[in-house]
Amino acid sequence: MEVITWSRLQFAMTAAYHWLFVPLTLGLALVMAIMETLYVVKKDDSWKKTAQFWMKVFAINFAVGIATGIILEFEFGTNWSNYSWFVGDMFGAPLAIEGILAFFMEATFFAVMFFGWEKVSKRFHLASTWLTGIGAAISAYWILVANGWMQNPVGTTFNPDTVRSEMASAQAFWEVVTNPVAVSKFFHSVTSGWVVGGVFVAGVSSWYLLKGRETVFAKKSLLIGGLVGIIGSFAVMLSGDSSGVHAAEFQPMKLAAAEGLRDGGRRAAFTIVPGVRIPGMLSILATHSLDGYVPGINDILNGYTDNDGNEIPSVAEKMERGRMALDALAAYRENRETDPEAAAAARAILDENVQYMGYGHLEKPEDVIPPVGIVFWSFRLMIGIGMLLLLVLLLTVWFTWKEKLKGKKWLLWTMLCCIPLAYLCGQFGWIVAEVGRQPWTIQGLLPVNVAISSLSAAAVKTTFFIFLGVFALFLIIEIRIMLGAIRKGPQISED
Amino acid sequence: MTYEILQNYWWCLVSLLGGLLVALMFVQGANLHLGNKKLDNVQKRMVLNATGRKWELTFTTLVTFGGAFFASFPLFYSTSFGGAYWVWMILLVTFVFQAVSYEFQHKKGNLLGVKGFRIALMVNGFLAPFLVGTAVGTFFTGSDFTVDKAAIADPSSPVISTWGSGWHGLEALAQPHAVLLGLCLVGLTTLLGALYVLQYVENGGVRKRMHETIHRFSIPFVILFVAWLAMLVLRNGYAVDPDGTVTVQQYKYLDNLLQMPGVLAMLVVGVGLIIWGLAQGAQIESHRGFWPAAGGTVLVVMAVFFLAGLNNTAYYPSNTDLQSSLTIRNSSSSYFTLTVMSWVSLLIPFVVAYIAYAWRAMDRKKITLDEIEGPGNKY
Repeated sequence: MEVITWSRLQFAMTAAYHWLFVPLTLGLALVMAIMETLYVVKKDDSWKKTAQFWMKVFAINFAVGIATGIILEFEFGTNWSNYSWFVGDMFGAPLAIEGILAFFMEATFFAVMFFGWEKVSKRFHLASTWLTGIGAAISAYWILVANGWMQNPVGTTFNPDTVRSEMASAQAFWEVVTNPVAVSKFFHSVTSGWVVGGVFVAGVSSWYLLKGRETVFAKKSLLIGGLVGIIGSFAVMLSGDSSGVHAAEFQPMKLAAAEGLRDGGRRAAFTIVPGVRIPGMLSILATHSLDGYVPGINDILNGYTDNDGNEIPSVAEKMERGRMALDALAAYRENRETDPEAAAAARAILDENVQYMGYGHLEKPEDVIPPVGIVFWSFRLMIGIGMLLLLVLLLTVWFTWKEKLKGKKWLLWTMLCCIPLAYLCGQFGWIVAEVGRQPWTIQGLLPVNVAISSLSAAAVKTTFFIFLGVFALFLIIEIRIMLGAIRKGPQISED
Repeated sequence: MTYEILQNYWWCLVSLLGGLLVALMFVQGANLHLGNKKLDNVQKRMVLNATGRKWELTFTTLVTFGGAFFASFPLFYSTSFGGAYWVWMILLVTFVFQAVSYEFQHKKGNLLGVKGFRIALMVNGFLAPFLVGTAVGTFFTGSDFTVDKAAIADPSSPVISTWGSGWHGLEALAQPHAVLLGLCLVGLTTLLGALYVLQYVENGGVRKRMHETIHRFSIPFVILFVAWLAMLVLRNGYAVDPDGTVTVQQYKYLDNLLQMPGVLAMLVVGVGLIIWGLAQGAQIESHRGFWPAAGGTVLVVMAVFFLAGLNNTAYYPSNTDLQSSLTIRNSSSSYFTLTVMSWVSLLIPFVVAYIAYAWRAMDRKKITLDEIEGPGNKY
């Protein structure tokens, strides 16, 4: 395999692994902050012990999340050198701001939260717990601003002198920060973290109830965790709806792949599974209008007219214009110091075609089609599992609230089994988002084959297997330690 | 504000973050003491818990330092990280192990045992300052790379920055001057770690060992650093003409020191503070010295960065193609990005303030034997 393939595999593995730990951090942070608030407000020590138990679990998970986050940051430079220069002007700022505003908040207050019970006041401790979670959420916002910009690169202009995409103006940063794709992604990702955290707490609590251990603690935890999961589920649905609309607007190929839609049109049907379709539903979901036009893969390849009446050129035409832009860029740089007239002429051609420059790097029009099967099924599994999680959470919380869990071991077992499903749901979501936008690192601007570093395949292959080994080791250790902590339990005397 | 002022401002901020990173690497330095055979298991655990409440700050500063470099000087990020691949990857792996070693070390089922994770912390304790120091050392010795921005228009070979050596960064280990800086950093962080533990761990046995470390390593460290500094002022440097042309200039760094008296003062005051801190720590009855030494470290590292990049100097020189060398001017982000980030940087004092508040609140009660043997959360 080539260096590009190993680099992609390495980044995908790291990102997927990182996302095993981040959602639990986001969700559990909220759960334990609510529990500690109840302790402070109600002056009830059992809430303190409940919060402390989940904090122990949080700490086990938190370390690996931090460890894997830094790998992603480094890999932008180590494996995607061209990317780092070409969009560093746009992409670096959110990353730096994330560090300044969020990471320090998380790191500082996590230490107070975990070690400070006997060292700081009750209120300062509570504030630290909330600030740890808020820091994690702010961190998510900035990294998703960066990711959202990759999906919908707003506020940028290409500078042929520096050969990169640059911020168009100081105000353009506001466009980047409020990019609708980033905002949707933030709510979708953070609230999906609430679902994972909620399901995790409810699932573990169900295990205690099945074992007849720590029942008071378990019911309290199940209610709080379950409610967080339910609220998260509804919020995920809302933000998922806007994500669909944004995909239709900014990344129609991703939507077409997610739907397996070869030929689009108005009143497009939504495919639940192959052969089972709801007429008109896709148009409603994608455009909020029954008559909305949704282009299919072939339409995008061949060109179409969008809902605003704009003529979208075929991919072949975009490639041709992209190559004109690349040739003009080369001519401009060759002549800019020696022949101003030739440079000006080249610049004019470049400016006219620059929006398609990324297409100039593609070999054939079909290169713009992502792996349809993977995206199609990941999308369905994400939605299907998400609905199942909501249903199980609703039932479990309802019967716990009504004290009617007796004789419902099946429900508690189902809740417990939902824990791995919640993780899978998030992974499928990211597969849709990231595999669905292939071949672009930056939508329409920079395909993956141009974003790479000048490395040998053997070097990246070596680091891939090193990380694979390290990740596997850490995962096994993490699960063993976490299971040990859960088996030991909070040991609250009231049982 | 002009573009040049913004570029200089961000070089100063990156330098400040670099200084804070090295100072906070007392965590790495203190962890080297986990291999001290004169410390018993409980005493080692006290050291571990002292650094365990601060390692995330060091880690976060590293991430922010990387992020700030990426955001303000992206050509450095793409050239160095993509080129000196193995240096950054080894550094990364040691930090990844460090991040889990605290939490996992004393937990049942951790597979590697206490010893395994302590070794991981010690490997990070040595390699992190050594590799960071050696990498910064190449700011003065130069590296083997070329930068051709026009390459992106060439579909057959679109990569802008290419590294000449197949060792991808490890060839810096053959540069004595760069390696010397790496060793200086190992010495400095070990001493800072000893000073921190001395100040914040209340245990006679532990403090005795930290005094021993300070006695043993202070003078060799000062000699190493003076040797590195002497080699620096005597070596050729990389000057940048107003039109951006890079040339080799004799005694460039000595000139930089003399032409920037403020930087010279920072260096002198910084070294003085470090020596003062070490002198305080060397006194048997004293438990102080960390703060002057840490403050001095920040000043010295900033001065080193200023020498590398300010006063029309190429901070990341290319030995393969002199004109590919990176300067503050040719490697920075655009005017608008630097402007926006400068506004955001105004929040840094606020961040520093809450870190200081939390640090003070947590360190008011020192780490004692009772705490380590008690029921509360600990590593």
